[in-house]
Amino acid sequence: MRGPAARFPRMATGFVVRRAKPFVFLACLTPALLLGWDAFTGGLGVNPIEDITHRTGNWALRLLLATLAVTPVRRLAGWQAAIRFRRMLGLFAFFYATLHFSTYLVFDHFFDLLLILEDVAERRYVTAGFFGFVLMIPLAVTSTRGWIRRLGRRWTALHRLVYVSAAAAVVHFLWLVKIDLVEPLIYAAILAGLLGVRAARRYAGRTRPVQAEEGGAAQSAR
Amino acid sequence: MLIKQAPDIPSSEITPEHVYYNRRQFMGAASGAALGAAGAALLGGSGRVQAAPQEDIPDLKPSPFSTDERLNSYEEITSYNNFYEFGLDKEDPRRYADDLTVEPWSVRVEGHINRPAADYALEDILQPHPFEERIYRLRCVEAWSMVVPWVGFPLADLVRRFEPTSRARYVRFETLYRPEEFRGQRRRNLDYPYVEALRMDEALNPLAILVVGLYGKTLLNQNGAPLRLMVPWKYGFKSLKSIVKIQFVEEQPRNTWNVAIPHEYGFYANVNPEVNHPRWSQATERRIGSFFRQRTQMFNGYADQVAHMYAGMDLAANY
Repeated sequence: MRGPAARFPRMATGFVVRRAKPFVFLACLTPALLLGWDAFTGGLGVNPIEDITHRTGNWALRLLLATLAVTPVRRLAGWQAAIRFRRMLGLFAFFYATLHFSTYLVFDHFFDLLLILEDVAERRYVTAGFFGFVLMIPLAVTSTRGWIRRLGRRWTALHRLVYVSAAAAVVHFLWLVKIDLVEPLIYAAILAGLLGVRAARRYAGRTRPVQAEEGGAAQSAR
Repeated sequence: MLIKQAPDIPSSEITPEHVYYNRRQFMGAASGAALGAAGAALLGGSGRVQAAPQEDIPDLKPSPFSTDERLNSYEEITSYNNFYEFGLDKEDPRRYADDLTVEPWSVRVEGHINRPAADYALEDILQPHPFEERIYRLRCVEAWSMVVPWVGFPLADLVRRFEPTSRARYVRFETLYRPEEFRGQRRRNLDYPYVEALRMDEALNPLAILVVGLYGKTLLNQNGAPLRLMVPWKYGFKSLKSIVKIQFVEEQPRNTWNVAIPHEYGFYANVNPEVNHPRWSQATERRIGSFFRQRTQMFNGYADQVAHMYAGMDLAANY
């Protein structure tokens, strides 16, 4: 934590993060609260199941990308404390993905397993979405302090799956829209940017000697 | 749209239709004059002719083709629409419906017919045809469905009236192309104008109707005012809206969705639970307003009336 941008004393950072966390939590929960409110007041429109599916899917994807933005924000903006929000963002992404999948499973198909299996096998956007969701499960399970300690270096390797999951989510969106690709392409561009920043850094790291303090940052990135 | 007036009011006493429909423009102009140039500037943009007001359509004949299933509500039918000319979201057509001017309206009829090819005023198109109520199932290719009480008349009656020649093998329809009013056309989300077509025997089938209203009232713009097609045994995208052209042609036309994504949308688009769309299983559907999905019926439940037209045809190849 002694990077050039660690300008704030440790105590102050901890204080700010502790104060900010409830607000970030509430912000992440807001779409779900709005959904609940609309469900209660009849604001979900004529095809409520479609509306719930779209809204939960959108927020799962957005929060997944927000999770992936944490590390670039730390490095580019030099705000080291950003890392302390990453788990929360990731778990909220999983929370919305679970709602999204459950809506499909319960409301849309009402546990009609045959229809669901056929969907997953035959419709490639469902395949991609299902794949992306399943990959998030081990990441959510191993997000606790205990699992981080237990897995050690392997934890970092395991959690690289988040890149695959995010890519699957974007592909899911790209494949499901009929003609207007603008919205999914925006997400694809954001994802490409987030992955590009990492690739550029890797490439730079290979050509230049790694600085000690960057190594330190990578350690705490766990 | 001219719906038959009560006969005891002489038509001379009725506000001339063009004044009635242009009354907002008229008032806008009048108040603009009163307020002077500044007022007129403030009113800028309000001079547009608004969407035609809804009128009740009296004396509807019931139809033996009507289903007795539970109707979807007027709210459902007018707020959840696929009409990409207004945008891609289901709520867009209602949101932007007032952008569209439907008065005056004319329909170009042309092609292999013995009657003169011309632009016919909507009133002249509709005038000879008594309206009836047809309560039909509507099945969207996206696997949702509704039950809608349409008001219209058999397409066959109009086709016969224009006396197609033996070279007329298909009836081709076009939706209005007016990007100034249709924001979706400005975004070019499809290749406009929107085109659909029917084989001549399909067009003459008694189930195929031209629609001017629903729930006993003239159509709202989001539902395809002032004149749309309804072929209930086919997926909804075949039943194009806001028709401005009817052509009698020899070659099978290419319909808009077939041009956009040929391997997903064919010419026939008959409702068929056994032939799946790459994006949606067509085996089941969600009736809007129902929690559980229900089984989709062959030809949307109209097999008795239409199956004979496709006898011997490979329905998987002719999707």
